[in-house]
Amino acid sequence: MSKTKKITWNVGLIAALLIILFILEQVLPSGSMLFTVLKKGAIYALVAVSMNLLNGFTGLFSLGQAGFMLLGAYTYAILTIPSASRASVYQYYNGGIINFALPVPIALIAGGLVAAIFAFLIGLPVLRLKSDYLAIATLGFAEIIRAVFQWDKLGPVTNGSNLLRSFPTFHSVLYPFIVSGICIALIVLLINSTYGRAFKAIRDDEIAAEAMGINLAHHKRLAFVISSFFAGVSGGLLAMYQTTIQASMFKSAMTYEILLIVVIGGIGSVTGSCISSFLFIACSEWWLRFLDNENLYIGSFHVPLLRPGFRKVVFAIVIMAMVLFYRQGIMGTREFSVEGCYNFFQKRFGKKSVKKAGDTHEQ
Amino acid sequence: MSNDKTGKNENIVLQLENITMQFGGVVAVDNVSLKVGKGEIISLIGPNGAGKTTAFNVITGVYAPTNGAIYYKGNKIIQNTPQGKMKKLYQGENATLYAGKHVMAPTPDKVTKLGIARTFQNIRLFKSQTVFENILIAKHMLRTSNIFTATFRLNAKEEAQMRKESEELLKIMELEDVRDELATSLPYGKQRHLEIARALATKPELLLLDEPAAGMNPQETLELTQFIGRIRDEFGLTIFMIEHHMDLVMEISDRIYVLDFGKSIAEGTPEEVRNNPRVIEAYLGGAQDE
Amino acid sequence: MDWISRNLPYLMAGISVGGQYALIAIGYTMVYGILRLINFAHGDIFMVAGLLLVYSATVMPMYIAIPLMIVVTVIIGFTVERVAYKPLRSAPRMSIMISAIGVSYLLQNLALYVTGGLSQQYPAIPWISDTITIFGTTTKRVTVITPILTIILVVILVLLIKYTKIGMAMRAASRDFETSQLMGIKINSVVSMTFVIGTFLAAVGSLLFFTNYTGVTPTVGAMPGLKAFVAAVFGGIGSIPGAVIGAFIIGICENIMKGLGLTTFSDAFTFALLIIILIAKPTGLFGEKATDKV
Repeated sequence: MSKTKKITWNVGLIAALLIILFILEQVLPSGSMLFTVLKKGAIYALVAVSMNLLNGFTGLFSLGQAGFMLLGAYTYAILTIPSASRASVYQYYNGGIINFALPVPIALIAGGLVAAIFAFLIGLPVLRLKSDYLAIATLGFAEIIRAVFQWDKLGPVTNGSNLLRSFPTFHSVLYPFIVSGICIALIVLLINSTYGRAFKAIRDDEIAAEAMGINLAHHKRLAFVISSFFAGVSGGLLAMYQTTIQASMFKSAMTYEILLIVVIGGIGSVTGSCISSFLFIACSEWWLRFLDNENLYIGSFHVPLLRPGFRKVVFAIVIMAMVLFYRQGIMGTREFSVEGCYNFFQKRFGKKSVKKAGDTHEQ
Repeated sequence: MSNDKTGKNENIVLQLENITMQFGGVVAVDNVSLKVGKGEIISLIGPNGAGKTTAFNVITGVYAPTNGAIYYKGNKIIQNTPQGKMKKLYQGENATLYAGKHVMAPTPDKVTKLGIARTFQNIRLFKSQTVFENILIAKHMLRTSNIFTATFRLNAKEEAQMRKESEELLKIMELEDVRDELATSLPYGKQRHLEIARALATKPELLLLDEPAAGMNPQETLELTQFIGRIRDEFGLTIFMIEHHMDLVMEISDRIYVLDFGKSIAEGTPEEVRNNPRVIEAYLGGAQDE
Repeated sequence: MDWISRNLPYLMAGISVGGQYALIAIGYTMVYGILRLINFAHGDIFMVAGLLLVYSATVMPMYIAIPLMIVVTVIIGFTVERVAYKPLRSAPRMSIMISAIGVSYLLQNLALYVTGGLSQQYPAIPWISDTITIFGTTTKRVTVITPILTIILVVILVLLIKYTKIGMAMRAASRDFETSQLMGIKINSVVSMTFVIGTFLAAVGSLLFFTNYTGVTPTVGAMPGLKAFVAAVFGGIGSIPGAVIGAFIIGICENIMKGLGLTTFSDAFTFALLIIILIAKPTGLFGEKATDKV
């Protein structure tokens, strides 16, 4: 498959996806669960890919994702609440100390940058730690951030432990898709560049990578900062989706959820992370919802056990089964690509190319 | 940079001066001094546990030596003196020689960037990568792009150049036919070749080979002997290697250093070393044992 | 004297909480020592132990409910290991850790389902819930009992590990998992025994912890679990005395923070302490230095 053909196909597919989403939005009622899943799924896809960049591609086991999302979400919210609403939002802190509001895209990027700056600072000491120690240190960092943001002395900026609200949100499902799409595309470009290769080298063998002239500290820090930047952006998007935010939302349970998404998608697969985040959100929020209905009858049979909360139990069992019996995840380390599908169908249906492929293999 | 008594001699590619490496109370390398001249093939031999690989690790910056200095092409690149707890524990010689001098302990990547590449005794290839990618990764070090230009593909020319050079290297190293295989799926001998190819991709002047013939049969060893000679000529390399296969060592070495219990016990041409009674004793044990 | 009577409660609470953390931390540190697994589900098993007593105390007298709770908790711990960790023994370490997170997720959601998300009042346990007065401060008897009981249990455990056959097997397995297997150690029973001991201590810990606590909710295990784990890392993971000392330090520091009026930061402080220790001593206070062979 030629390069131009590949690009045309990819662009065509993306355009088709956006058009379908646009049409769906016109046709279906706006309260449909489908949109909830699509919006949240797109946001989680971004943070899952950013986590995958770190855990899957660079081999750094970090569990700080929720903390960086918090930084992004708060930065976004603080910078975009319209001046007029500040008095009511910061009612306990005399309207807060910030009196301007930035445009949404700039605030989103600012959210990413704040997360990246924190990542840089924490990364200086922490990235020297090995595997589990790094994980627990980053997890601890996220908890520290959460506590700091709830501190009432910082109330004029963070509103203490109260809700932040009234900031601009999005209505169209296209918004998170486009923002996440651009960010994920950037991550993919990075992964396929010479730096991405260096990251994978570090994952495979740190000692050999260093012997090949790859500066470990520098590259680990790069991966950590970039991953945190995108986690920050996705935090901003999450704030937009939720319409209100509070530091207590960003618990370590959130990081675990993202980690599960990454693992189910396949550690080291970007498309896997995307697919699994939509599936994960759809399962947890939508498809299993009937299990929470106490009065479910099949014919005249009253299905037992069902009551609110049962959905989550079933979901957790599904997750466990995935982890135990489907260790590689949906995609393993492979990627879904137009070319891959093309080759697959060629193999299936074009006899000639099968033979050709077989021949080259023989040699 | 260096104004020590050794002076600046461009023809000495690598020089170890009083290098001691001590782990706690164990002296792995004991006051070793050696020289590797430009274009030479020098072998480092000795019984197991003599400290050969440790010496390599000191040269490549994996460990900072406890005492001593290392020069590369006349410039001092590594220097240390016993400090802290080591001051009391130190059992080597010349502890005061480097006291008070500036400590130089570059990380392995910096050493590689200077032009010293190495292979590993227990093969360390990038497991999940193909043969071609393994070589391409080594080219990363030579980039001029930064993370932004690389992400946005503004370095397309350089990238193309990297790929071209890697392809050429594959050809020279006779690895083209396995270009897209996973590195770890190769047979053992080919993996060794790939490790050398990967080291060469960093465009070194000095190549350190850590037991390149380990696990090879006589036929493969013979091929490797010719191969090492060939790459030396083709890439204008200086080669410093650790090896146990005496046929190979005697065949291609210009000079040989012998380590035993961390100490350098002999040096000279293959002929001299072969007939050195101390070497024979180190390898065979004291004559009185028999 | 005034200063003492003002600060003593915090110090005593700190020692007491430290003892409770220590009992949980041992479970983490032993499992990590042998399987190199951060058993994220351990904190939730602790929570389940709390819930078990809540429900069993409503239908049976305390002297049956408590042993029953301990036995059932141990069975749950054993089962979790057999079902969720044992099949992954040859898998990459990441998989088994994810499995632990999955178990944690499952236990929390099960608890949420059973309790309906409501906080369950922990039953008052006779004698240890009684109020007593020491040096002019009133406190529950459990505050005093915890450190004593903790130390007794730890000493028994250390003796067990040092002098029994299974203890020797455990030490061997934590040194070198593969080789100990080749030497004829039945690794599965060693691992199971580790989980049994770990969950037993967690069950005892829950008994002491919740007596001083308002109620049991599905996520109540997460924080003490995490802190106990931090204590284990702090003291050098894999080392039992390290975990106990780490737990006491963390418990005391945390309560001193509360005493200073910085309750918001009591959790954060624990983690800050951890990060500082890890930077200074990357394998914790009593951990062994790990080196990569090149």
